[in-house]
Amino acid sequence: MDYFIQQLINGITLGGVYALIALGYTMVYGVIQLINFAHGEFFAAGGYMGVILLNWFIGRGYMSTHPMICIGASVVLTMGYCAFLAMGVEKIAYKPLRSASRLAVLLSALGMSIFLQNAMMLTQGVFDKPYPIELAEGSLTVGGITVSYLQVIIVVFTVVLLVGLNLLVFKTRIGMAMRATAQDKVMSSLVAISSNRIISLTFAVGAGLAAAAGIMVGFYYGSVRYDMGFVPGIKAFAAAVLGGIGNITGAMLGGLIIGMVEVFGAGYISGQYKDVFAFIILIAVLYFKPTGIMGENVDDTRV
Amino acid sequence: MAAEPILELQNVHASYGNIKALKGVSLKVYPGEIVAIIGANGAGKSTTLMTICGIVAVDEGDILYQGRSITKVAAEKLPVMGLCQVPEGRRIFPRLTVHENLELGAFYRRDREGIEKDMQRVYELFPVLKERKRQQGGTLSGGEQQMLAIGRALMSRPKVLLMDEPSLGLAPLIVQKIFDIIHEVNQKEGTTILLVEQNANLALQAAQRGYVLETGRVTMEDEAEKLLHNAEIRKAYLGE
Amino acid sequence: MIREFKKIGKIYVFGMLWLLGLIWPMVGIHKDGSLSFGRAFTIWSYIVVGTFACLLLYLLNKSGYLDKATKPMGRVRDDLVAKARAVPVWIWTLVALAAALIYPLFTARYAHDVAIQVLIYISLGLGLNIVVGLAGLLDLGYIAFYGVGAYTYALLSVHYGMSFWLCLPVAAVLASVAGCLIGYPTLRMRGDYLAIVTLGFGEIVRLILNNWMSLTNGPNGILGIKPPGIYVPSFEGGFHFEHIYLKKLYFLYYIALAIAVVTIVAVRRLNFSRIGRAWESIREDETAAELMGVNTFMLKLLAYAMGAVFAGLAGAFFAARMRFVSPESFTFLESAMVLSMVVLGGMGSIPGIILGCAALIVLPEVFREFELYRMLVFGAAMTVMMIFRPAGLIPAKRVGTRSEEKEG
Repeated sequence: MDYFIQQLINGITLGGVYALIALGYTMVYGVIQLINFAHGEFFAAGGYMGVILLNWFIGRGYMSTHPMICIGASVVLTMGYCAFLAMGVEKIAYKPLRSASRLAVLLSALGMSIFLQNAMMLTQGVFDKPYPIELAEGSLTVGGITVSYLQVIIVVFTVVLLVGLNLLVFKTRIGMAMRATAQDKVMSSLVAISSNRIISLTFAVGAGLAAAAGIMVGFYYGSVRYDMGFVPGIKAFAAAVLGGIGNITGAMLGGLIIGMVEVFGAGYISGQYKDVFAFIILIAVLYFKPTGIMGENVDDTRV
Repeated sequence: MAAEPILELQNVHASYGNIKALKGVSLKVYPGEIVAIIGANGAGKSTTLMTICGIVAVDEGDILYQGRSITKVAAEKLPVMGLCQVPEGRRIFPRLTVHENLELGAFYRRDREGIEKDMQRVYELFPVLKERKRQQGGTLSGGEQQMLAIGRALMSRPKVLLMDEPSLGLAPLIVQKIFDIIHEVNQKEGTTILLVEQNANLALQAAQRGYVLETGRVTMEDEAEKLLHNAEIRKAYLGE
Repeated sequence: MIREFKKIGKIYVFGMLWLLGLIWPMVGIHKDGSLSFGRAFTIWSYIVVGTFACLLLYLLNKSGYLDKATKPMGRVRDDLVAKARAVPVWIWTLVALAAALIYPLFTARYAHDVAIQVLIYISLGLGLNIVVGLAGLLDLGYIAFYGVGAYTYALLSVHYGMSFWLCLPVAAVLASVAGCLIGYPTLRMRGDYLAIVTLGFGEIVRLILNNWMSLTNGPNGILGIKPPGIYVPSFEGGFHFEHIYLKKLYFLYYIALAIAVVTIVAVRRLNFSRIGRAWESIREDETAAELMGVNTFMLKLLAYAMGAVFAGLAGAFFAARMRFVSPESFTFLESAMVLSMVVLGGMGSIPGIILGCAALIVLPEVFREFELYRMLVFGAAMTVMMIFRPAGLIPAKRVGTRSEEKEG
């Protein structure tokens, strides 16, 4: 039983990270009905930017005097950086192809993904890059269950971001414009919404969330790698599909489920095949209920 | 009637995919008028409106709005200039509430009080929308959706309102109500209206002037009254 | 010229500044707390110079300043094309075949090696073309079938000592069975979903190869696979057939050539067959095809199976040629590589795909000193290609939209 709860907590932590990445896929899909193949790279870039900034703050000596400010600043700057990166990628790989075939856009995004991955490898090196500090040492033990403070921080931060995103999308003027663009692009331009700007913004927000996930994964596992974006990217996409692509609540739920499945699968079935479980879930969902658990209709997308 | 047209199409050519939909459409709309475009299915009526709104690109020719060419202006800038469309099939945002749909009509506007005032006015015009304020747009009936679409367009305070098939698929009673509103908007606020209709009888009764569109070309233009009594028109479009 | 430049120039300058903003944090913020601009600026200036040259050429060409140079060149090219067209296609085919046959006589070992790779990828590319180009099913896990073929021969050869020639059809059959297994659950999906699910399947196959230690020896791979052998008559000690292994590279080259030629012929026949037309109808509009009585279910499955057959053949040959297989060779990147060969060359066009395979294998070999930047350039080229020439180098003659391309 203790083991079960322990795994549950690990699953929630991992699931939160997947949910953050999945949101980027689902939002972009909602607005332009395309998979952003380069999304996993934003996650990896976030992980790297986090390590670069933290190292710099340590080198300057600010970290020992104002650790909280430094970490906070690193997170915010990283999210900003990835948002800019995503907007650039959108302008290069997506905007010129608005009216092209889906295959062309898919390949151009794939090209961008390969490009970014290699750019990171060339600038940051092939080897794992360690995170210089621990975000929070120690852990909480209740009964036989251990929850590290780091896990608590990750879960809390994830929840904060998710709530923030919900507020942005469902309570603000811009969020309303995003939802409108997702539902009918022609009509939204007839009511003076610039779909290009909304698309850019959607990429930026999605990448910001992925960047936050990247930093958290960096802290959680202690290091980042240039190709770390691929597998979590696919799993997060599975999460987005699982929840019904285009559906924000669905993506959060899907992320949690994928995280759980992976952790429990690794814990109870086989650790070696932990990556397989997410794919099997994805395939099973698409086979039995292609619209996902929250989705109504595949063509019917929403942000 | 003012001397300067508020909206003018000069020999406009446009294509929809690979199909050449407009092959030289010229028309003029003067301030304060209601102008009807009638024609059969596929004559290019909707394309004409979409071309004016910048959704379909102009291949050749020019569109002047208030004396200025708007062929190069981005679609989303036109509502700001006062050019607004109620598109075919109404295109309500189905998963936004009625209220949100109306708010989006006023998306470019920043004057909170003005928006609030217009919102009240739309609710007065269409009380049923007020009842359904919190409901999702997609759950409304056809007539209610049409009202919402018109209300949404009014929220942007248009100078020229383009309307595409407002009677499509609606019960006669509702059609009457919609056309009453069109009249009221035209009379009270002096909004210029360009009306596209398959129901020629209805459109020509409401309008002052009319154009007949056939396979992408204007084949006839006259005062609505005269078109209504034109034998050819009666035969082709009024089923006599 | 000036006017055009002003318009593009503004976007260009803005874009380049944006790029600098993206490059600098990655290379200019250091561990010791210092900031530097030198390296970021160097990288950036290379990019600026390169892109500016391209932009300038593009603008000059567009505004007609280069007409003096391009027009005569274009005329020469048109002449050549017209003359080439005048000769029947079968002559060109014969010439190409003859050139391929005598190629090993005039080249060295290294060149054979590259040519074998090109031929393997031609089989893969044309096989994938059946799935993507003809039936319009976007498959991102195609390399899994290649892996199935390779491991089939590897295991049969190592454990049972079975001959390559016997294993070749076995590998093809097993790969096509795998194709059906993977294809079956995906038949109801379209477009992007299909892409991601096939990607998932590809990864599952790789993970199984990587983790099933008892069968595949995991990430260490399988060593000691026998090359193809033949029996030659021998008179020593009485007349009998002696079995020898073809270890010489140019023998392998001819086997690869044979496989590639078989693939080319088969794909060409399929292309113009009843089945090929049915596939195309599925690609153009699946619903309409179904209403016209095309059995879309069976045909889609058949497309997967047929595509997998050629991947299986190529895979078995690959195992025999390398005499070593490991899961490393069957990653997603390989799938992406094959797909981009198909798309780069021109989907549905056989000469296009051959050219695409040759270009993507040979060019990186030529620019060996830039090995490190290979994938970087490859990624960028893919994006640029999609923007400027999405139909490929040699577009297929019968072109149409794919069913999933429609607004939706």
